[in-house]
Amino acid sequence: MGDPGTKEVISLADLQAAAAGARSGRKHVLSLVVQNRPGVLVRIAGLFARRGFNIDSLSVASTDDDDKSRITITIDGANHPIDQVTKQLHKLINVLKIRDLEPADTVTRELALFKVGVENGPHRAEVLQICNIFRGKVVDITKRSLVIEVTGTNEKIEALEDMLRPFGLIEMMRTGEIAISRGRDET
Amino acid sequence: MRAVDAIMECLKAEGVEVVFGYPGGANLPTYDAFVDAGIRHVLVRHEAGGGHAAEGYAKSTGKVAVCLGTSGPGATNLVTPIMDAMMDSVPVVFITGQVRTDLLGTDGFQEADILGITMPAVKHSWMITDPADIPQAIHEAFHVAGSGRPGPVVVDIPTDLSKADIDYVVGQLTPLDLPGYQPKFEGNMKQIRQAARALAAARRPVLYVGGGAISAGAEDEVRQLAAVSKMPVTCTLMALGTFPAPDDQWLGMPGMHGTRTANYSLDEADLIFSIGARFDDRITGKLSEFAPNAKFIHLDIDPAEIGKNVPAHIPIVGDAKQVLSKLVPEYESLDADPARLDAWWERIRAWQTQYPLAYEESTDSEIKSPFAVDAIWEASGGQAIVTSDVGQHQMWTAQRYHFPEPRRWINSGGLGTMGFGLPAAIGAQVGNPDDLVICVTGDGSIQMNIQEFATATQEGLPVKVIILNNGYLGMVRQWQELFWEKRYSHVDLRPEQAPFPDWMKLAEAYGWSGFHFEKKETLVEDLRRALATDGPVLVDVRVAREENVYPMISPGAAARDMVG
Repeated sequence: MGDPGTKEVISLADLQAAAAGARSGRKHVLSLVVQNRPGVLVRIAGLFARRGFNIDSLSVASTDDDDKSRITITIDGANHPIDQVTKQLHKLINVLKIRDLEPADTVTRELALFKVGVENGPHRAEVLQICNIFRGKVVDITKRSLVIEVTGTNEKIEALEDMLRPFGLIEMMRTGEIAISRGRDET
Repeated sequence: MRAVDAIMECLKAEGVEVVFGYPGGANLPTYDAFVDAGIRHVLVRHEAGGGHAAEGYAKSTGKVAVCLGTSGPGATNLVTPIMDAMMDSVPVVFITGQVRTDLLGTDGFQEADILGITMPAVKHSWMITDPADIPQAIHEAFHVAGSGRPGPVVVDIPTDLSKADIDYVVGQLTPLDLPGYQPKFEGNMKQIRQAARALAAARRPVLYVGGGAISAGAEDEVRQLAAVSKMPVTCTLMALGTFPAPDDQWLGMPGMHGTRTANYSLDEADLIFSIGARFDDRITGKLSEFAPNAKFIHLDIDPAEIGKNVPAHIPIVGDAKQVLSKLVPEYESLDADPARLDAWWERIRAWQTQYPLAYEESTDSEIKSPFAVDAIWEASGGQAIVTSDVGQHQMWTAQRYHFPEPRRWINSGGLGTMGFGLPAAIGAQVGNPDDLVICVTGDGSIQMNIQEFATATQEGLPVKVIILNNGYLGMVRQWQELFWEKRYSHVDLRPEQAPFPDWMKLAEAYGWSGFHFEKKETLVEDLRRALATDGPVLVDVRVAREENVYPMISPGAAARDMVG
């Protein structure tokens, strides 16, 4: 007889858990389906603010169903416990569904508008060339400026920003990312 | 039918027997409906008092409580009780009046965006934009407040909409439309079996019980688990009474002013089974050093609590009563050998012997506060519903008034709201007319909602308020003494050291009986006499001025480094 004990039990030492507040260390794209009601966005934004979660980008729009809206939130998993973010979001009664999209199974896109100052002739040609390489579209042109529209991943948009900045980037507007899952199933 | 009359029918359909509230311009229609509704209404003297009274009613009865206020300041006065109910998971439906719809957003008289203001403080809220939606909103409000993890909800109704005529058939319930709200009750059977096996394997387990066990009505199941497992039990401030104190398996309360035995047991545990508790910072002390050798089974109906502060090795999302009723037979089927806990119990008994809850007794007639709490326990036979305010008196009462059953200890745990105790006692007395209801308070806290003396008188509620009167904001003074080099800053409540105000005159002014005691030799007898007096009673117990609540986990320190 050894120590008193119990048959057929597990060893506590084998129990594993994710550390509380674990950080994934990568960017997360959360796709939410919410009820299309007044105040829903405030509830979500307020939740992020009071729990100290910092939103990198946020995009909100109606869906093919009038009663529902889609909210796409990107958030840095290096700074925030994503598990806690999604659980807190789930507690909001107007939130119907949340998916933390796997990057490999997801198409993400963002639209950006760049206003570039082109006072000098030769620069204009060079900017247009860069615009073509990025499959951008000129949507406004004056003697002193160009407005370029481009869509893509946020990496692509940031690359274009880097390229345009030396020419005199007057301003840039971005929509924030939207995301949809690959394949037949709904996001 | 007027929408307000439909509201009254909805309240009756929800089984509401009493409403706490205060009328004003924007809820005049609702108050008109009360004239014929046949629902008891308790007129408080400040909306905060109404909110806390509703909390006291809900906490002591387990029912969903209702509190009304008007727009603007009436609604903003409710913010503190709403937040308080949120922190302590108390089911209260708050119905506020709002300015007319044509005035909304114009900074109209007594307009406040109460939905916006309370958004971080509610479980959910409804802004009425169509009077036809009112009955459904009221029923949804009751469902959300009372189910899952309970909490406060707000329904804001513009005054013109509350007057409108709507089609409403009495007794015809509209189906709830809450697709985003589906609390899970059953618990995953695989996880429950895993938990039973882990408990059977544990050599140094602790059953750590929180307020969720009371919300679930799980006291019988908690006691069964304790009985079959022979494991030590600790209940948080919010759960006192779930496991009866004193008892052989009872460790006392854990946390900042908990017992050393409870804190040391958590510190050395190999397995902590959390039943509806949330590992608040007042429990864990320094989180990184909390229970360093423990694995955690975390049972909660709110998935967001699991893994929030401590890792969960076996998470169980569900209702404590349902889950424990399945877990107990699973545990029993494992034939765990209780002798494996012998060494653990030996260690715990040694702590209990070495570190009882002690205090320095006076050598003269002076009343020490812990002595006063012991006397209150004795004079009330340990059978009272006790409410408290916030501060030293709260901790002494939690430590020393041994609650045999749940829903007998009503306090503000999460938010720590001074001014909670008296209105909560009023609400508890309304819900439990045959019980002795005592509010143990301090001379600081009681003055934060002292206007509610009038409510008790008008309603004929025989609450007993016992002030542990030391003339200080005692807990703040304690922290200034211990952590701010005794540089007392604005904690002395007595001008020129004279007791103040004259509590006996105050009692008389409100039509209460007043007693004033300052000798320990006769205190128990004196208190018996006061508690036996009909009607509301104010007892001024003069206690030692500078006492500290011990033991104590200093802020930021680990539980094992308790002082005092």
